[in-house]
Amino acid sequence: MQYFRGFIPILIGVPRSPVPNTFGIGMRMNENTASTMIDINFINDTGAVAVRMRKILYLILVFLIIFGCRHKAPENEKQGVKAVSDEPAYGDALVAGSIGEPSILIPMLAGDSASHDVAGLIFNGLVKYDTDLSVIGDLAESWDISPDGLVITFHLRKGVRWFDGVEFTAEDIMFGYKTIINEKTPTAYQEDYLQVKKAEVPDPYTFRVTYRKPFAPALTSWGNLVVLPKHLLEGKDIAKTDFGRNPVGLGRYKLRTWTPGQDVILESNRDYFQGRPYIDRYIYKIIPDPATMFLELKAGGIDYMGLTPIQYTKQTDTRYFSGNFQKFRYPVFAYTYMGFNLRHPFFQDKRVRQAIAYAIDKKEIVDVVLFGLGKPATGPYVPDTWPYNPNVRTYGYDLEKAKALLKEAGWKDTDGDGLLDKDGSPFVFTILTNMGNSLRMNTATIIQWRLAKIGIKVDIRVLEWSTFINEFIDKRRFQAVILGWSIGLDPDQYDIWHSGKTKEKEFNFIGYKNPEVDALLEQGRRTFDTEERKKAYFKIQEILAEELPYIFLYVPDATPIVHARFRGIKPSPIGISYNLYRWYVPKALQRHAAMEP
Amino acid sequence: MIPYLVKRLLEMIPTLLGITILSFLIIHLAPGKPTDVLTEMNPKITPEARERLEKYYGLDKPVYTQYGLWLKRIVKFDFGESFSTDRRPVIEKIWDTKQPLMERRLFITFVINALSMLLIFLIAIPIGVFSATHQGSFSDKVTTVTVFVGFATPGFWLALLLMMLFGIHLGWLPISGLKSMDYNTLSVFGKIWDRAEHLILPVFISSFGGLAGLSRFMRGSMLEVIRQDYITVARAKGLHENTVVYRHALRNALLPIITLLGLAVPGLIGGSVIFENIFGIPGMGQLFYMSVMTRDYPLVMGILTIGAFLTLLGNLLADIGYMLTDPRIRAK
Amino acid sequence: MNGRMKKSPLKMYWKRLRQNKLAFIGGVMVLVLFLVAAFASIFSPYDPNEIDRHNILNPPSFTHPLGTDELGRDIMSRMVWGSRISLAVGFVAVGIATLIGILLGSLAGYYGGWAERIIMRFIDIMLSIPTFFLILAVIAFIGPSIWNIMVIIGLTSWMGVARLVRAEFLTLKEREYVLAARALGVSDLMIILKHIMVNSMAPVFVSAILGVASAILVESALSFLGLGVQPPTPSWGNILTSGKDNIEIAWWLSVFPGLAILITVMSYNLFGEGLRDAIDPRLWGTEEQ
Repeated sequence: MQYFRGFIPILIGVPRSPVPNTFGIGMRMNENTASTMIDINFINDTGAVAVRMRKILYLILVFLIIFGCRHKAPENEKQGVKAVSDEPAYGDALVAGSIGEPSILIPMLAGDSASHDVAGLIFNGLVKYDTDLSVIGDLAESWDISPDGLVITFHLRKGVRWFDGVEFTAEDIMFGYKTIINEKTPTAYQEDYLQVKKAEVPDPYTFRVTYRKPFAPALTSWGNLVVLPKHLLEGKDIAKTDFGRNPVGLGRYKLRTWTPGQDVILESNRDYFQGRPYIDRYIYKIIPDPATMFLELKAGGIDYMGLTPIQYTKQTDTRYFSGNFQKFRYPVFAYTYMGFNLRHPFFQDKRVRQAIAYAIDKKEIVDVVLFGLGKPATGPYVPDTWPYNPNVRTYGYDLEKAKALLKEAGWKDTDGDGLLDKDGSPFVFTILTNMGNSLRMNTATIIQWRLAKIGIKVDIRVLEWSTFINEFIDKRRFQAVILGWSIGLDPDQYDIWHSGKTKEKEFNFIGYKNPEVDALLEQGRRTFDTEERKKAYFKIQEILAEELPYIFLYVPDATPIVHARFRGIKPSPIGISYNLYRWYVPKALQRHAAMEP
Repeated sequence: MIPYLVKRLLEMIPTLLGITILSFLIIHLAPGKPTDVLTEMNPKITPEARERLEKYYGLDKPVYTQYGLWLKRIVKFDFGESFSTDRRPVIEKIWDTKQPLMERRLFITFVINALSMLLIFLIAIPIGVFSATHQGSFSDKVTTVTVFVGFATPGFWLALLLMMLFGIHLGWLPISGLKSMDYNTLSVFGKIWDRAEHLILPVFISSFGGLAGLSRFMRGSMLEVIRQDYITVARAKGLHENTVVYRHALRNALLPIITLLGLAVPGLIGGSVIFENIFGIPGMGQLFYMSVMTRDYPLVMGILTIGAFLTLLGNLLADIGYMLTDPRIRAK
Repeated sequence: MNGRMKKSPLKMYWKRLRQNKLAFIGGVMVLVLFLVAAFASIFSPYDPNEIDRHNILNPPSFTHPLGTDELGRDIMSRMVWGSRISLAVGFVAVGIATLIGILLGSLAGYYGGWAERIIMRFIDIMLSIPTFFLILAVIAFIGPSIWNIMVIIGLTSWMGVARLVRAEFLTLKEREYVLAARALGVSDLMIILKHIMVNSMAPVFVSAILGVASAILVESALSFLGLGVQPPTPSWGNILTSGKDNIEIAWWLSVFPGLAILITVMSYNLFGEGLRDAIDPRLWGTEEQ
């Protein structure tokens, strides 16, 4: 049926009659064979139907106008949002927009950032990061590390209670630890905990863990992944309980309702050991599309979201925005890169990789793709953090140098087709990247355009994530990729650069092998002395910048926006949401006070 | 009539089986496994952990065994558990018995589609009749062109334009979701109105193409009927033109429309994928899109099968409707 | 009367077509679009891939009549090249659908019996699954690429043609000239091809034209969702994706491609409908009288 199918038409129609009849009733519409033509133009009753329809339309329009006024965008709202008394007050709600929906609210079982964002408010860890990136205590008041670095003893706070009133003790950590290393638990995070030789609970408020070898990332691994209420979960299969959708935590917020597909509503924990959070409710609203989310922001439906570079630069500079919102900007702990398959003959010569680096204008990429909201990257660390080495070799945009290096490496245009070739093969390769990320796609497009200018042809192929990982990355069937790494706050990057990590599904998928780097990686992991670690990581960056197994492209900035009525936001290197529970809205500006307690 | 009905129901079974086979085959066109999304690009995962996860999700059995097992469970409406990390039963994700009826995804999509069909019915039929009775006139030509334009308009484009117009510039209508933030504080009437507001744009977009199509078909159908001898007879009898058109012609012309409505169901369901995404409506279409993106096998198969089943149901109802209204069949 | 009509059916069709003004306009537009697509390099002022960091998201101007996108590329050029893609997908998909439809429809119509039952059942199955769902699911699993979507759209839209062809076969196979041919011992294949097929092609052709319109809509919806033509290859659907992402600050990215789709689909629809009216024997009555 060609005409009629909702709004997406199916191809190819059938004739107007006979009426297509799916299930075998052989009825045809006009039984009469000798149809005579009637002149129907004499039908004069023009008015009735049309007039009736018009009346209905008017009614609908009027209806809409009357009732529609409720939702006028708050353009004329609050000129003086910022000029009101600033006293901290309890109440109100923060509505955050999220593209993804949490899948499960148990940290160790979740793989997605949406789950971790919400679960992070419900569960605390033993330690956490401070704004200067040092490690401070959360559920642990203090800890001791033995001189050989193998034993950490945590001293836990007393009097912290789970939401059901039961006190939190070291047994809960032990339970969490045992669960995460349990074979049957479908978690992706047990690697760090497998390094533990022995865990003990000498008394209810002490937790001691012994490692086989010194392991620098050890301390920070004791975050919220292993804090679970033993009294509620012992003996049960954690993945099969309802706990993931109805968690009982001990953090700043507790889950009130979760409406799948729509929102997750959290309410503050009045008995939180560091003080009751000011904002009574945290609502995580699920809107899968950034454009829609932005429209909601403008209409007042959400208070907090991450802006895209374009939204940040071009759409939030009006008076309305500066009067009603606050924008923030800080580098993210992540970088985007182009990785080469080092087993591919084209990319085995370092000069070729360097030539490509000279042919790419990183500044252009940052300007066009990120609208300037980011920095070119020179290595696998974020600028201005302690492991970052500012003095490595860089590659500015220099087409001549690029061409010279390629010539040296044996690439010439021998057949005059505009493409470089060598030994009969033209220089053509494919960049793979994943779907759903327009920044990477655009980056690839720019690189394609630039490399065309030195005679290299690039094809871009965008793949769905799991296909990408499974069929191409894991099986090493790629030539070049554009991807990103989210780097933890601990600088250990053993899994990415060590030559032993090149088996299928491991993360050194480009096949990088450098014994010096291997040794430095070990060195960095096995000592707790920051200065020693720094030396190792600095040298690694020097080597990587010279050899260019990746072309490090950029470190993007995060650009969140929050409604102006929220006070207490303190931007720091680790972002703005670390102290979410200290944000507040002055009484006079609270919007959602009308919601029931 | 009853034996006919039974026969029709029995006929549906092989069709349903065929649908399940087709869906199952499609899923296995895919390279790769769904556990990849779960583990992401996390440097902390060892190969052993990954294998463990794969065993856990049961992906190591041969294809036909998987199908057989799956089929056995489908009969009980057990579509297995979703591959996403929440591991909820698929059927629960579509039709969550723990939630109030109005929040369940299938129900939401169903309501929107039902409303669309209603809207189409209410608007397209008068337009079609009008066009037929004024065939060749200027208004008919204008309507024709408008309808053609409507049919040629990509729904997602229209959705964006309307969203901008009514949602932002005029601020008349909300632009995402099914209810406002302060829904719980509203009065009963307030709640009804709130829901209605949120549904206006989605229902309109959903029904848009169908409006065009059905009005064309209605017009054609009316034209066919008007040419019939019995209409001439009615006129010759001296009946008032209105009676001729609305009593005699329309009733006959409506018959095939009923079948059409049944055939519209797959199109409406399919279309819901796009507008549910654009308007952030937590219905089955949005769930389907997400499940397709994350390669959530059981969920995809579950929704595909349910969608097909609903379509069959829609067709069956259409046939029943046809049967009831067409005296020629009733007499059989 | 029959003999007179059979003399020059094509001329009859043409005459009737010209009388239907809308359909004629549609036909002209179809031709124009085809020419633009065929000679894209002439109609495209810039290289559609040229990135220009100084002209990002520019509104329509003299230098860029339809504006620029988020990478500074000229929209008009991209749309001209995009028309190639849209039409190519349309034609190939319809080609595939028509071939399959003719094949299955003629088998069902001519041979009847089990073949017909199985084929009709298969059609029912295909029609019972929401087509867009089906397409989405398959594409997301085997990956989006131009060839994949051409084939998938083709594989999911042959049902109408099949029904059409079968209906034609059912009526035509009882005609005298067919019975005569059979009596003469002409092989089945010859009968199918020479006698029946030729006479049933007109409605199939109309179906194909209308089908191109549908295919273009489906392709643009898929590209819009990111599951169709992949950037940086321009397609009207995927330019609309940028349009959606920049809806507040770049109205031209949304308006023009959508308009292009609208005009193209409408042209094909008008032309197809006009053709259908032209060849519909029941509408010939008035003039011959």
